[in-house]
Amino acid sequence: MPSYVINEKCDGCKGQERTACMYICPNDLMKLDRDRMKAYNQEPEQCWECYNCVKICPQQAVEVRGYQDFCPMGANVIPLRGTDAIMWTIKFRDGSLKRFKFPIRTTPEGSIEPYAGRPEPDYNKLKGPGFFTHESELPTP
Amino acid sequence: MEKETCTFSYCAEPEIIEVETDILLIGGGMAACGAAFEACYWATPKGIKVTMVDKAATDRSGAVAMGLSAINTYMGENDPADYVRYVRGDLMGIIREDLVYDLGRHVDDSVHLFEEWGLPIWKTLEDGKKVDGAEGLKVGKRLKDGGKPVRSGRWQIMINGESYKVIVAEAAKKALEYNRQATGVEQNHFERVFIVKLVPDKNNPNRVAAAVGFSVREHKAYVFKAKCMLIAGGGCVNVFRPRSIGEGMGRTWFAVWNSGSTYAMPAQLGAKMVLMENRFVPARFKDGYGPVGAWFLFFKAKATNALGEDYCAKHHEALKQQYGKYAEVLGTALRNDAMMREMKAGFGPIWMRTDLAFEEAKKHMDAKELKHLEAEAWEDFLDMTIAQAGLWAANNIRPEEKPSELMPSEPYLLGSHAGCAGLWCSGPEDICKKHGLDEYFWGYNRMTTVDGLFTAGDGCGASGHKFSSGSHAEGRIAGKEMVRYVLDHMDYKPEIEKPAKEYVAEIFLPFEIYEKYKNYTTDPQVNPHYIRPRLLQMRLMKIMDEYVAGTSYWYMTSKTMLEEGLRQLELLKEDAVRMAAADHHELMRCWENYHRILTGEAHARHILFREETRYPGYYYRGDFPNIDDENWKCFTVSRINPETGQWEFEKVPYKQIIPD
Repeated sequence: MPSYVINEKCDGCKGQERTACMYICPNDLMKLDRDRMKAYNQEPEQCWECYNCVKICPQQAVEVRGYQDFCPMGANVIPLRGTDAIMWTIKFRDGSLKRFKFPIRTTPEGSIEPYAGRPEPDYNKLKGPGFFTHESELPTP
Repeated sequence: MEKETCTFSYCAEPEIIEVETDILLIGGGMAACGAAFEACYWATPKGIKVTMVDKAATDRSGAVAMGLSAINTYMGENDPADYVRYVRGDLMGIIREDLVYDLGRHVDDSVHLFEEWGLPIWKTLEDGKKVDGAEGLKVGKRLKDGGKPVRSGRWQIMINGESYKVIVAEAAKKALEYNRQATGVEQNHFERVFIVKLVPDKNNPNRVAAAVGFSVREHKAYVFKAKCMLIAGGGCVNVFRPRSIGEGMGRTWFAVWNSGSTYAMPAQLGAKMVLMENRFVPARFKDGYGPVGAWFLFFKAKATNALGEDYCAKHHEALKQQYGKYAEVLGTALRNDAMMREMKAGFGPIWMRTDLAFEEAKKHMDAKELKHLEAEAWEDFLDMTIAQAGLWAANNIRPEEKPSELMPSEPYLLGSHAGCAGLWCSGPEDICKKHGLDEYFWGYNRMTTVDGLFTAGDGCGASGHKFSSGSHAEGRIAGKEMVRYVLDHMDYKPEIEKPAKEYVAEIFLPFEIYEKYKNYTTDPQVNPHYIRPRLLQMRLMKIMDEYVAGTSYWYMTSKTMLEEGLRQLELLKEDAVRMAAADHHELMRCWENYHRILTGEAHARHILFREETRYPGYYYRGDFPNIDDENWKCFTVSRINPETGQWEFEKVPYKQIIPD
């Protein structure tokens, strides 16, 4: 379902070098039209509908509408992603709504300390199976 | 047609940035993030430089970009030997058991780290109650401390995985930053830089020395020189014509940006590939390609034909007669086969009976529990295939009321999921030496047959069913070995034969061609001098679909069909040097599609070489319709001879190390 950008809501991320949606799109689809200062999806048929542009947009200007080669019109799925949970609102074609909330993370963003509390490398263990985090020897079949 | 070259006479010459590092990680998905995490730990105190180059933004790159609702490889209480038995059964008897066992014994450590870093993992409490990952952490224990996961199958555990990749990327980026600060380099994490070509060492054509690419946003070219490299750029998607060819072409089951770069670039360098005939044809919810695993395993739903019959049970005897012991337990491929027998007989649609699963659940659940079950069903899609939730809503489908249609998809080439295409890699020393697996071992675990070139995830062939956690763990295995490689080769300095500008000119040829010819016609879309990458891809997908066992031929091919397909692929390869790109985004598409062509060609040639139908349900050789263990229970290994450009094939014996 290709993403689209709502004209009224998009502010082009206020003239920064790149917009949030451009930053995140895994397939390099979001583009900023510098004349209008609006973002758009430059290649809708390559959109995986991963929703990363929708989730990251600070203006909630990006949404998704169903791929028209198989998807009937009228429904939408809207996320609101916080720091520890995500809320989803699903609107059916018949107008009914469903809402869900799911956890996404149990630690604060940016809090990972990859090597905190780990000892200095023991290079005698560089060869052979096992990671630096393994405390016991691994089995050999 | 006249040969075109790029001399920057028509398009502007890009700035060329040369980066020297020790370990280069090409890719930013689960495998590359695992490699960064493990490699930086060992490398940094020795002053060894680690650099990552990612085509996208690492927070959301790779196949886990959208998230996942389960981790599909977690041993827990299981013996890795049983994991080998399961993978071997599902992949029709031919896997590298050394690699698969090695993965099984390592993988849980990565899952424990994910939980430590903040990934919510569902828990089963002591009273048997199941809770989500946030609640589970409050009232239960971590997996590492004996906490019990919620199993959706023997190997799968449920997670709240919307931010799975963001979390894994954060650890990798921090690890890289630790390495950067200690080694004093300016930058060691490059995003939006697409590597498109590997360059051999000047003095040794079978050693990798450099990787060349470009920024997809700025007019800059990059040449990375390194002592060793990891290539981990995912599998190959949309090499076949997909079932949806309008906007829906993007709604592939596997990540649409996976373009076969992991296979094509090493192949061009002469790396050996293995089982490239293998493919994965996932049977998923039709059009949206939502996951079915949790529906089968967790919600206990059944799939039936339109008459309500269990098609696997119905055809089990017939499958056993045709495929013998391989059909004793129906693996993923043979379940597809049974499904297609029904579809061809006119007994479709095939339904996932979500309605019956809920009816069954009502018998032992109260209203609150049912509501929770419904939320879990939606979360399964919202965490990893949001389009499927949208498609349900657009069709007014509520799973407790209506069943949903299933369909076998277009073929995908990959090595991490339920497929095992990939590069031929060295195995772990302890297992290979103990079992006399000399053909599988040449010094460094997960190194390809090109010196200094490692791979993991979708890249490492003959060992499927790694999934996200296994890809991360395999990246770590390779990352650690790469540090060992660098320490063993401290005096090696990579050198390339030609000046950097010549490699860059080759990469920017589609710019030169576009600028040279664009004004010849009134509409630059239609021009006899070039082919735009979009239409090149259309032509590739059509050839693959029609000659190499795509969906419109019910996955059927034969020697004669393959030979005609290969003739057309040769012409397509010739035309590929006349691709045109108007901007950097399109230049990315040019090279992605070139990589797709080489990957598709490898697939076709491997299917031609293997004269049997090893993977019924994924593809069929009409001229060799059965499994032929006597001649073909072996690895098929191929190589493009870099001197002649010719494909060379060999059979390598399959060796069993885990008894039946």
